[in-house]
Amino acid sequence: MNSDDMVNSDDIVNSDDAAANDVSMRPTTVKALGVGVATGAYGLSFGAISIASGLDVWQTQALSLLMFTGASQFALVGVLGAGGGLVAAVATAVLLGARNSLYALSLAPRLRLHGFAKFAGAQLTIDESTAMALSHPDDSQRARHAFWATGLSVFILWNIGTLTGALGASFIDDPGTLGLDAAIPAGFIALLWPRLTSRSMWALALVSASLAIALVPFLQPGLPVLAAALVAVAADRIVAHRSRRENQGGTS
Amino acid sequence: MIWAAVLIGAAGTYSEKLLGHLLPAALLDNTTVRRITGYLPICLLSALVAVQTFATGTTLVIDARVAGVAAAVIALMLRAPFLVVVLVAAIVAALLRASGLSE
Repeated sequence: MNSDDMVNSDDIVNSDDAAANDVSMRPTTVKALGVGVATGAYGLSFGAISIASGLDVWQTQALSLLMFTGASQFALVGVLGAGGGLVAAVATAVLLGARNSLYALSLAPRLRLHGFAKFAGAQLTIDESTAMALSHPDDSQRARHAFWATGLSVFILWNIGTLTGALGASFIDDPGTLGLDAAIPAGFIALLWPRLTSRSMWALALVSASLAIALVPFLQPGLPVLAAALVAVAADRIVAHRSRRENQGGTS
Repeated sequence: MIWAAVLIGAAGTYSEKLLGHLLPAALLDNTTVRRITGYLPICLLSALVAVQTFATGTTLVIDARVAGVAAAVIALMLRAPFLVVVLVAAIVAALLRASGLSE
C-alpha cells in the first residue's frame, strides 16, 4: 500500500529460493497474511488521520474500499484537510497512483487475467501484491497465488484497520490536542523513508520539499505539493541529458 | 465537495490500475515513463511532509508538529514500524501542547 521496502522485490527474490521446489502454497499464504496484518496496522492510522482531516467514517471507508492505494489515500485526505481544493486533492492522489500503472504493466503478462478477474485484479494491484508476485519470476502459478493471497489479505485487513481507526477517532473532539496533526506529516515521512535509497533520491526529496515550502505563501493550499511534481519531470530531463552526453563522449 | 473528491479520486486511481492491465507491456521499455513514475512518489511525498509540517493555510509556522515529525524521523532511524512512527509523532506533539511549551 505504501512505499514499504516490500517494493524492492529484488530483496525478496533470494529469500524465497528455498521454497522454490516446494509444491505447497502454504509458505506464500502465510507470508501474504503477515503482510496483510502489518498493513492493517497502518490502516488504523489512516482511519484516524482521515477523520482528523475532516472526512466522516463513510467517506473514509469509501476511500479504503474504492481507492485502495495507501499513499494516494493519505495524500487526498491530507490536501483536503489542509484546505486544498477538489482539483488539487484529486490530482495529487492520481499522480501518486501512477506507479500502480507500471505495476500492472509488469504483472499483466505473468498473471494473464481475463474477464471479471482482470477488473478485480486491477483493484488489488498495489505495492505489496506486486512485490510478492514479482518475487516468483520463474513460477507463474506461485506468482499468481502470491498476487491474489497478498492482494486479498491486504484489502480485507486494510479495510478493517481503516474502520477501527475511523470509529476510534470519531469519538475525539479536538484532533490537535492529541497531536493528530503531527501524525499526518509523520505518516508521509514513513511512506517516503524507504524510497530514499540513494544520494540522488535525497536530493530529489530536498529540492521538492524546498520548492513546496517556498510556494506556500503564494499559492492556494494544495498547489505547492502539485508543483513538486514538476521536479520529477525536471529531474528526468536532467538525467536524460546527462546520459545522452555520456553516450556521445563514448565513456559508457 | 469531499464526496466528489473521494469518488473522482477513486475513479482516477482505479483507471490507472486497470490501464496497466490493458495496455501493451512494451510501454515499460520507455525510460522516460519509468523514470518519472519512479520519481513522482518521492517528489510528492517529500512536498507533503514539508507542507503538512510547516504550513497552516498559506502561512508558514513552527509549532508542535515540527517536534512531532523530528521524533518520527528518529523512530524511522531506529527502524520502528509505521504505526509506532505515527504514534510517536502524535504523542510528542500532544505532550508539548499539554505542557504549554508549544502551540
